[in-house]
Formats: sequence, C-alpha cells, structure tokens
Amino acid sequence: MMDLWYTLVNFLLPFDWATHSFMKNALLAVILVCPLFGLLGTMVVNNKMAFFSDAIGHSALTGIAIGVLLGMQNPLLSMLAFSIILALAISSARTMSLNSTDTIIGIFSSTSVALGIVILSKGGGFTKYSTYLIGDLLSISSKDLALLAIVFASVIVLWFVMFNRLFLTSINKSLARSKRVNTVIVEMVFTLIVAIVVTISIQWLGILIINSLLVLPAGSSRNLASNMKQYHALSIAISLISGILGLIISYYLGTATGATIVLVSAAFYFTTLVMARIRN
Amino acid sequence: MDEEITSYPRNSCGLCCTKIENIGVIKGGKDILKDVNLHIHCGEMTALIGPNGAGKSTLLKAILGEIKNTGKLQFLDHKGKHTGNPLIGYVPQHLYFDRNSPVSVLDLFCSAKSEIPIWLWKNRNTKSEVKESLDKVRASHLINKKLGNLSGGELQRVLLALSIDPVPDILLLDEPVSGIDQQGMEIFYQTVSELRENFDMSIILVSHDFSLVAKYSDRVALLNKTILSCGKPAEVYSSKEFINLFGEVWARGLFDNKGGTES
Repeated sequence: MMDLWYTLVNFLLPFDWATHSFMKNALLAVILVCPLFGLLGTMVVNNKMAFFSDAIGHSALTGIAIGVLLGMQNPLLSMLAFSIILALAISSARTMSLNSTDTIIGIFSSTSVALGIVILSKGGGFTKYSTYLIGDLLSISSKDLALLAIVFASVIVLWFVMFNRLFLTSINKSLARSKRVNTVIVEMVFTLIVAIVVTISIQWLGILIINSLLVLPAGSSRNLASNMKQYHALSIAISLISGILGLIISYYLGTATGATIVLVSAAFYFTTLVMARIRN
Repeated sequence: MDEEITSYPRNSCGLCCTKIENIGVIKGGKDILKDVNLHIHCGEMTALIGPNGAGKSTLLKAILGEIKNTGKLQFLDHKGKHTGNPLIGYVPQHLYFDRNSPVSVLDLFCSAKSEIPIWLWKNRNTKSEVKESLDKVRASHLINKKLGNLSGGELQRVLLALSIDPVPDILLLDEPVSGIDQQGMEIFYQTVSELRENFDMSIILVSHDFSLVAKYSDRVALLNKTILSCGKPAEVYSSKEFINLFGEVWARGLFDNKGGTES
C-alpha cells in the first residue's frame, strides 16, 4: 500500500520536499486528517462546541499521564478512554441543561490539564512529553497512517448516515424530536466522534493548536457560504489546502508543521472575513 | 368538561381524538406539571394559555416525548381504535441560531424529509415537494434564502410549512412572543386556521394573545401546573380561575359587546 503511495508521489510531485519518505507519510496524513477536521468543524462551529473540543484536546494530558502511570508504551488507549469519559460527562451535563455549561467545561478542562502536568512533571521529566504540546507530524509511521485511514473511513460513513439528523438536532431539539429523531443518541455519537478524532490526531498536531484546525476552516467557510453544501465544500477545501501548504512551508522554514498549518488557515479566515465585509 | 361541539370544519372527520392523560413533570424536586388531562378532536384548535412559568412549553415538550413525564399520549383514529404513535408536527417559539449560519430554507426541509445527506446533494423530487409545502404558506419564494436573512414572520411561516410536511395527526404550535408585529401575528393565526379547515388534524397552540385566541380558537385550556379550566373562549375567560389570574377585563372587553370582538 505504502509503496504504491510513494511511487504515486514520486510521479506526481517531482519536488525537493516530496523526496523524503517522512514527507510522503506526512502528506498522506494531511490528506486524511484535514478533510475530517473540515467536515467535523462545520457542526462543531454550528453547535457552538468550540470550547468543548478544546477541552477534549486538553484532557489528553491527563490521558497521557494515566497511560504513563499504567506503564503503557504508547498512551493512545488511555488518552482515548479518558477523552471518551470526559466527553460523556460533559454531554450529560449539557443534556441536564445546567445553565452554565461553559463553566463546567472550563473546570473539567483546566482540572485535567493541571492533573496531567502534575503527574507528568513528577521527578522533573515533563520535557519528554512536550511533543504532545506542539505535535510532530513528520514522525508519523505507516502503522499510524493505517489507523488514520480507518478513522477517516468510519467518520465519512457516519457523516453519510447521520448528518441530516445531527443537523436537525442542532437547529432545534424539539423540532428534531417531532421528526422522530433520537436526539440523545445523535448528540452522543457526534460528541464521541469529535473526541475520538481529536484525541487520535493529537500526537501529530499538538494539544495547543488542534482546536484551531477544527474551528478555522469551518469559520472561514461560514464567512462565504449560504447553504450547507457550500459550507462543507469550502470548509473541506480550505482545510486541505491549508494542510498541504502548511506542510510544504514548514519543510522549507524548518518550523513545527501543525502550527504552520494553523497560520495558513488563519490567513484564510481573515481573507474570507474581509471578502464577506466587502460583499455586504 | 364534555361540551358539545356542533359543527366540524369541512374536511375533517372530527372523530379522531387525542387524549393526553395524567401528564406530570417533576424538575428539581418541584412539580412543573401535575395531572394534566386534555382531550382534543381533530379539526379543532385548542389554545393553551396561562401565566409565565405555567408549564405551557413544558407540556408541548412532554407531548413530544422530549421531557420525561408520568403521563400517556393516546391517539385514537375515527374508528376509536388505538393507532399507536401519532405523527406530531411542531413549530418552536423561536430558533436560537447564529444569523451567519449557512443554512438555507431548502437545507432545513431536506434534512427532515430526505435521507440523502444535505451536504452532498439534494434530490430534485424532494426539491419540488419542498416548493409545494412552502406554497401552502405562500413562502415558496424563500426556498433558497438563508434562515438568518428571513424576517420573524417569514421564519415562522417556513417553520409552519415544515411542521405540516408530512401532514401530522397533531400539530403543536408555540406562538412566537417577539420578532413579529401584530399584523404578522394575525396572518400566522389565519394560516393556522386555514390549515385546520383543510387538513384532518388536532392543533394545540400555546398563546399569549387573548384577543387572537378568542377570535380563532375553538377551545381554550387554562394551564397553571394543571388544567384549571377548559372550554369555549368565552366560558374560560369568565371562569373564576381565569379572573383570579388575569382579571375581569378580558371577558368584558372581548365578549360583552356582541358586535366586534376587539377595539
């Protein structure tokens, strides 16, 4: 599989940056992850869940810490488990409609960051884990890519099957209910998808910036789109273009890839914002 | 409370019936609703009135099954047979959404009517069905507009069209309290009235406007945690329970001079 990809890149992209296999891997990762973030971002922004996904990202620190305490080689499983528990806790707080969901998310988020730092910094060894903060896309392996591909396929399938229901729920729960949508399950599945995708991508994109990758493309697209089809198409396109551009720029500048991608999407955001202002 | 209903609108059989039995909702240890019983016949518009915090919107949500409650919703068709889950249409009081949200009227309809994900493509048949639905409330010109660009009245009509596509057995309306002027409200009530005459459905309307209720509804149910009084508008407005809550003005102002109803 990977050989096929390498040959394809050599054939299609005869550039300096594309000669290294770590760049080829990273490019494939970008092509898998960015559309997903563009897709999920549309509803994260529509549902005003940006703060939620941010909290999920931050909770990864505690997940890593738990993994370390359990002596795991790769803390991905403990990260996933912790973020899923946190996502369920937050979404049940949401459905109980406690009026200050924001505060609750803030408390969960900062507590788990602090807890993670305390555990990981015991004995002064926190620097080992700083790659999780900024991410390292260039170290992605073909095994990791296989996992990403599976997640990619599953999310696309779910997005086909449940999007209309999710959308109606986000417009108005009672209205969705009257159209026989099981709003509780729909919301929970969406929350879980966001938690899983964010957590899996953290080691490549970094805790500090992962949320911007979710919010910026959708936010940019919103500035220009007037229906759901345009919203999705633009969001995915902006996410993918920023990802590829960011990867190439980071190669030549020697900067962290995740952060460079975020800067490119931020440029898109401000450009579209100005375009929207001019149009009105 | 079993009063006679003399005439039915043209196209409704008037025989199917919705029974709301013993609905009770407890929230935070407090009774929000208690022992709510209401029978509604199709072709009838029942207005649900009551003071703020009386539980009107909660009752609608309980009927929708969104809120846990102790009661039962029974729907009987014209043969008096229990026909299981009635189809419910719902018009929310207000949509809380970002004005910039890239959602078109067509998006909203297709998401409710079709299994094809709206972010991918839309079926041409569904599109023409949506146009027909919108025509019923004279809003087909709004089909490609963004929800955020509609006026309060336009949005309400679009939501009404959505709630009757497909035609439900029971239609629940939560009257808008803001964003619509008096004339818009009158148009809204007229449209609902027309629907009642043309389709076979029971309508429950949460309302705050006593004069419009008097003009358009067949029955009024006064709710304050439970149903205090139920009957024709004139009866309820002159009931002791109503006067205790709202004073005598309404009964006198609306019904004493037999000619016109309002000022």
